[in-house]
Amino acid sequence: MNQRCAVIGIGQTHHKAKREDVSIAGMVREAARAALDDAGMDYGDIDAVVIGKAPDMFEGIMMPEHYLAGALGAVGKPMLRVHTAGSVGGSTAIVAAHLVATGIHKRVLTVAFEKQSDSDAMWALSVPQPFAAPLLAGAGGYFAPIIRAYINRSGAPNDVGMKVAVKDRLHALKNPYAHLQLPDIDLKMVEESIMLWDPLHYLESCPSSDGAAAMVIAAEDVATAQEKSTGRSAAWIHGMAMRSEPTMFAGRNQINPQAGRDCAKDVFAQAGVTNPRKELDCAEVYVPFSWYEPMWLENLGFCDEGDGWKLTDSGATSLDGGDIPWNCSGGVLSSNPIGASGMLRFLEAALQVRGMAGEHQVADASKALGHAYGGGSQFFAMWVVGSDRPA
Amino acid sequence: MSDALETQDPVTMLSTPIRLDYDFTAGVAQSRSLRGYAEGRFVGQRCPVCKKVYVPSRGSCPVDAVPTKEEVVLPNTATVTTFCVVNVPFAGQSIEIPYITASILLDGADITFMGLIQGIPADEVRMGLRVEAVWVPKEELGPTLASVKYFQPTGEPDREISTFREHL
Repeated sequence: MNQRCAVIGIGQTHHKAKREDVSIAGMVREAARAALDDAGMDYGDIDAVVIGKAPDMFEGIMMPEHYLAGALGAVGKPMLRVHTAGSVGGSTAIVAAHLVATGIHKRVLTVAFEKQSDSDAMWALSVPQPFAAPLLAGAGGYFAPIIRAYINRSGAPNDVGMKVAVKDRLHALKNPYAHLQLPDIDLKMVEESIMLWDPLHYLESCPSSDGAAAMVIAAEDVATAQEKSTGRSAAWIHGMAMRSEPTMFAGRNQINPQAGRDCAKDVFAQAGVTNPRKELDCAEVYVPFSWYEPMWLENLGFCDEGDGWKLTDSGATSLDGGDIPWNCSGGVLSSNPIGASGMLRFLEAALQVRGMAGEHQVADASKALGHAYGGGSQFFAMWVVGSDRPA
Repeated sequence: MSDALETQDPVTMLSTPIRLDYDFTAGVAQSRSLRGYAEGRFVGQRCPVCKKVYVPSRGSCPVDAVPTKEEVVLPNTATVTTFCVVNVPFAGQSIEIPYITASILLDGADITFMGLIQGIPADEVRMGLRVEAVWVPKEELGPTLASVKYFQPTGEPDREISTFREHL
């Protein structure tokens, strides 16, 4: 990384099933406005805007960044759109941070969103392909067989996924922005919910949400000045990495993809992290289906291959007494405005190290991981943020 | 406005289905596999470097980045590597739920594709199950994977999961 940079402003909407009171433009502006207020800035202070969302087919608006330029104060400024499926919120934040780290811009606004109530994600992910059998059944239909293979390979007990589903919803009760608020959540409720994509119950799957996320990323001199003027500390970026791999190739490890392992290795090396479980205070990891917590615990090197479920099972990833809390915000299992979901992970990691996570704050958090993945587990984006400036 | 309308809730959102028709060009390699379906057989290609067999054929190896020219005809028999019982209704769905989609590994192939499993109760499907393709009647065969009606159990003993671990 050439120059130090930091997150100095954070904003998000209250994620909901339907935001019928605002358009997409109104919704992204709500998050952007909150991020600018946090940063002590206004639209005029921003040099460039970087925006991401899931594929355009979701809302049926092609290249919505053009229409959103006005709402985001980007008219006459550089505006970039990022496309990496479900990981896009993370990749978008990284592209924005690169513009600062490389010295091209000083203050970049980055925004990600999805308005699932204006769209039909199941349909958009299951469109019959030419000359193919019409078997696609949404993201759950794609990931459930891989989860089944993980359970078989690891020998995990069948209820580990349900434990993740309960834990993340308990976390969500501490986050006023989280979509799902299920005060009565317990294993029984998850077990009794309909089996949508066997082995995945309804409550082991993410919801469909409307929502937006935004951050202001600034160069060191700007971040230092704003810290002084706003009285709010910055989240310093200690490492960021992206990797991808083809969705289909012979010998592909779909359960533990190489691109994810390589991406984690790179981001931890940049941040000087050798043992993520010990050296990080918490992690916000893209877990749209319950079993992806143990799977990504292994993929990201928080434990050995085959042991992920043991961490989850022991409560290690719980905000309530765990040594490495995962998804203190409630995670994707509690809020899923798809395009924004990755940025929410990055943003929540930053909130933690700024000490601004409210009720779901991990005490004295100084280093955290933000993670996103997308498509058929072929896109990965990660960053490590800290309360201290990187060396 | 009539009195009757005044008592109704205002309309705040309209769903307006749209339609998009497009031409799809399959390309040389995929066309070979598609013509194979029209003849009731699976046609794939072998990579000259890693020797892995891809079906349907795709014209190049994604690992070695070389053209794949050697054609391989594969049998109807296959193994279920893993599967999912789909029980979620959605717009545009054409199969009655619940149904089973499985990752199908044809004998001699090195890549799986998604297939429908029938002829066995849902709770008896398992990883390693041996199956065979059931094609639509000859006069209905066409250049599409939909020419395979479904896969059904062959009755052979299951394949050990450890023997196809690299395909998961």
